[in-house]
Amino acid sequence: MTAAVRPVESLVTRSASLETAVAGTAILVLVCGLLVLVGFPLWSLLSKSLYVRGEFAGLQNFIAYVTTPALSRSVINSLFVALVTTLIVVPIAFAYAYALTRTSMRAKGLLYATALVPLFAPSLLPAISLIYFFGNQGFLKSWMFGGSIYGPAGIIMAEVFYCFPHALTILVAALRLADARLYEAAEALGASRPRIFYTVTLGGAKYGLVSAVMVVFTLVITDFGIPKVIGGQFSVLATDVYKQVMGQQNFEMGAVVGVILLIPAVIAFLVDRLAQRRQVALVSARAVAYAPNRSPLRDAAALALCIVVSGIFLAVLGMAVWASFVTYWPYNLGLTLQHYAFEIADSSGWQPFFNSLEVAALTAICGTAVIFVGAYLVEKIRAFPVLRFVAQFLAMLPMAVPGLVLGLGYIFFFNAAWNPLNVLYGTIAILVLNCTAHFYTVPHITATTALKQIDPEFEAVSASLKVPFWRTFTRVTVPISLPAILDIAVYLFVSAMTTVSAIIFLYSTDTKLASIAAVNMDEAGFTASAAGMCVLVVLASMTVKLLQVLADRLLLDRLQAWRRR
Amino acid sequence: MSMNSLVRSAAASALVLLAAGAFDRADAQTKTRLTVYTALENDQLQPFKSAIEAAVPEVEIAWVRDSTGVITARFLAEKDNPRADLVMGLAATSIIVFETAGLLEPYKPAGADALKPNFRDTTEPYTWTGMDGYLGVICYNTAEAAKAGTTPPKSWKDLLDAKYADKLVMPHPASSGTGYLMVGGWLQMMGEAEGWKFMDALHQNIAVYTHSGSAPCVQAARGERVAGIALDMRGASEKTKGAPLEVIIPSEGTGWEIEAAAVVKGSKNMALAKKVADWVATKGANELYSKTYAVVAMPGVENLPPNYPAGAEKSLIKNDFAWMATNRERILAEWTKRYDAKAAKK
Repeated sequence: MTAAVRPVESLVTRSASLETAVAGTAILVLVCGLLVLVGFPLWSLLSKSLYVRGEFAGLQNFIAYVTTPALSRSVINSLFVALVTTLIVVPIAFAYAYALTRTSMRAKGLLYATALVPLFAPSLLPAISLIYFFGNQGFLKSWMFGGSIYGPAGIIMAEVFYCFPHALTILVAALRLADARLYEAAEALGASRPRIFYTVTLGGAKYGLVSAVMVVFTLVITDFGIPKVIGGQFSVLATDVYKQVMGQQNFEMGAVVGVILLIPAVIAFLVDRLAQRRQVALVSARAVAYAPNRSPLRDAAALALCIVVSGIFLAVLGMAVWASFVTYWPYNLGLTLQHYAFEIADSSGWQPFFNSLEVAALTAICGTAVIFVGAYLVEKIRAFPVLRFVAQFLAMLPMAVPGLVLGLGYIFFFNAAWNPLNVLYGTIAILVLNCTAHFYTVPHITATTALKQIDPEFEAVSASLKVPFWRTFTRVTVPISLPAILDIAVYLFVSAMTTVSAIIFLYSTDTKLASIAAVNMDEAGFTASAAGMCVLVVLASMTVKLLQVLADRLLLDRLQAWRRR
Repeated sequence: MSMNSLVRSAAASALVLLAAGAFDRADAQTKTRLTVYTALENDQLQPFKSAIEAAVPEVEIAWVRDSTGVITARFLAEKDNPRADLVMGLAATSIIVFETAGLLEPYKPAGADALKPNFRDTTEPYTWTGMDGYLGVICYNTAEAAKAGTTPPKSWKDLLDAKYADKLVMPHPASSGTGYLMVGGWLQMMGEAEGWKFMDALHQNIAVYTHSGSAPCVQAARGERVAGIALDMRGASEKTKGAPLEVIIPSEGTGWEIEAAAVVKGSKNMALAKKVADWVATKGANELYSKTYAVVAMPGVENLPPNYPAGAEKSLIKNDFAWMATNRERILAEWTKRYDAKAAKK
């Protein structure tokens, strides 16, 4: 009865080939999804850069743009602002993340949440606050030494505020998982403190650091909200897009600048690939979770730093809260609640706020699932290197795309008469898709950073035990990564609450969002109501963040017991 | 909570949210919904909607409102599959771009012939109808002026006084239609050579060119600057809210712009959209415009909204919109070369 033996063998090979087939299909679905979310919409706009008034013109637009004297200055201005912001943000964010993960300082949860305050605020909020602080009527105008907030100084201040939490999230993820045995070994070998810091701590966080630098740099390069409101005529690449598209309805030249803006992204992608090659898993299957010991001096210094930084953020927020109650700044400083009766400033009243909650919740739920599974497929599956490379590239791309460019691309792609997906146009669904696409990169990096730190040995053991990868995924990977997954969900929620630039082209009568209502009210001179709407957005996002802190604590008790010795 | 139930409850809440969204929009379907793209002020939307729905009871107006630049860019980007039934309360310069691109339905509202000639489409086929006009003004902050020691300007040239150094603000003409309106207005009323000379001098006093057309007046109202060059209605509304503001029309006259309405080609509710277009040219509609605008399309309908400067109608220069449109690229290139290529000033 040879036939009785054979089924067992073929069952083994069949299950292996089934696993490969499932993995292949999943990656293929991921790539197709990313093409629809990111690739095709971008192409439908950026391809216009090769046309002049609908006629194919090759590189003519690029030549025209490069030979405009204003360009070189926009490029230099953009690079300058991005560089200075990165140099300020990354070291401080690293110190802050170090304090949160590697010291025994008190109130970590609270201080982490406070440092994320800027993430909770639409970019209009720091702009309004900075003007109230440092504008010509500002309380701290003298601090500017005669300089003006309308220009590079204002842009850099607001960008630091805006970018800090992005860098912090990545660096905390990079520093959170550490193998105590490495520190013990280093100490046993007699390594000095600086040396341990340099080789073990920095060495382990190298990948996160590179990512943080790239993220901050590209965020500043692509952001147009802040330079638009506070930058005056200090022209940067992102405001050049605005000038071309909104000012002159010249999509083709707007696309040219959009393409130029992608260059940093491509560089970031390559650097990221290089850095990744050198990264080794930090948490091996035998890892022992690192628990910082007490060191009063270090802990006090860490606490002081965190209090100063979060104090500044709270002051900026506090100014906006106050601004929302002032009757008519700066001439009537009496306090009033009337600015929260939004229907005076905007006929849709409070509705945009509730729409925002809906879009943000949906983005958090759907986006997190897609992004984490996607990152897992890219990171942990061995087969299909080409598809994984494409997926990785598409995942890194959105960060480099100004929202304006992505939003227009969505119109051209999702509104096309031939596209069956055009039923989505004008619905909540397209806003959710757009938010997921727009904010894909940072959560993807967070997820990859977390996944990289899990020893591939887990997969190897599972494979040899004939456990399919999806079981390892749900039983091992997801529980280990749960803190990172919650981070991602919260990040998506708050990003969707605060974003303006892409969805400004996509909302419809029933789906106007809070951040857009705030921008419109500010433009119409209802600064206080705009500040009020921003404050509501901050409150909603903060509530979600606090829920996460609580959930983290619960989950750490249940699922993360292994982290404790 | 186990992993599975976590995933399940997340999926369930996603479905509930989606369903709630769909349900929200399922009611009130008895009337036909017309989507109208507009740049009207937010506080005008409700009165306009009520008036239109009273005049054409079969429709329900659904506004999509944003700034002129956003609405214009969005409408053009959607041109292969238009989503709007009408555009209303949008700058004529934008509407002319749509007309040239063949995106508007040829239609002449019943009462259009009774309107002032410069508020009607002059090219065949007829597509758009003017509603109201707004004009470039100086928003002058009297409280800050007292500190700076300036007297209210009567002429554009008064703004060249050195006392205004870094105390003026105007919209960037490449970013904002309002900015271009001012530049084009000066070039037309002073002549090109004289106009550029004026702007060279004015540039010395401008603290900043803003990307938003409404920001200059808001900045002046908040005392960030002594004076902002912008459109009249923003100045009037800031003054109403309590700003120490004076809205000044310079003696030489000023550049101005029409807000107009048109039916979108390919509207799925063409008959109803045309009915609404008819409303645009009625006396009732013009009386509604005149509550918030100093200049409206219908002769004889006059009203000075609170805090508007008097004599608006007389100060309108002979504005050649076709010239403005055809020379736009050249003028912006020249402007950029002169004022944008310098390092940013304070």
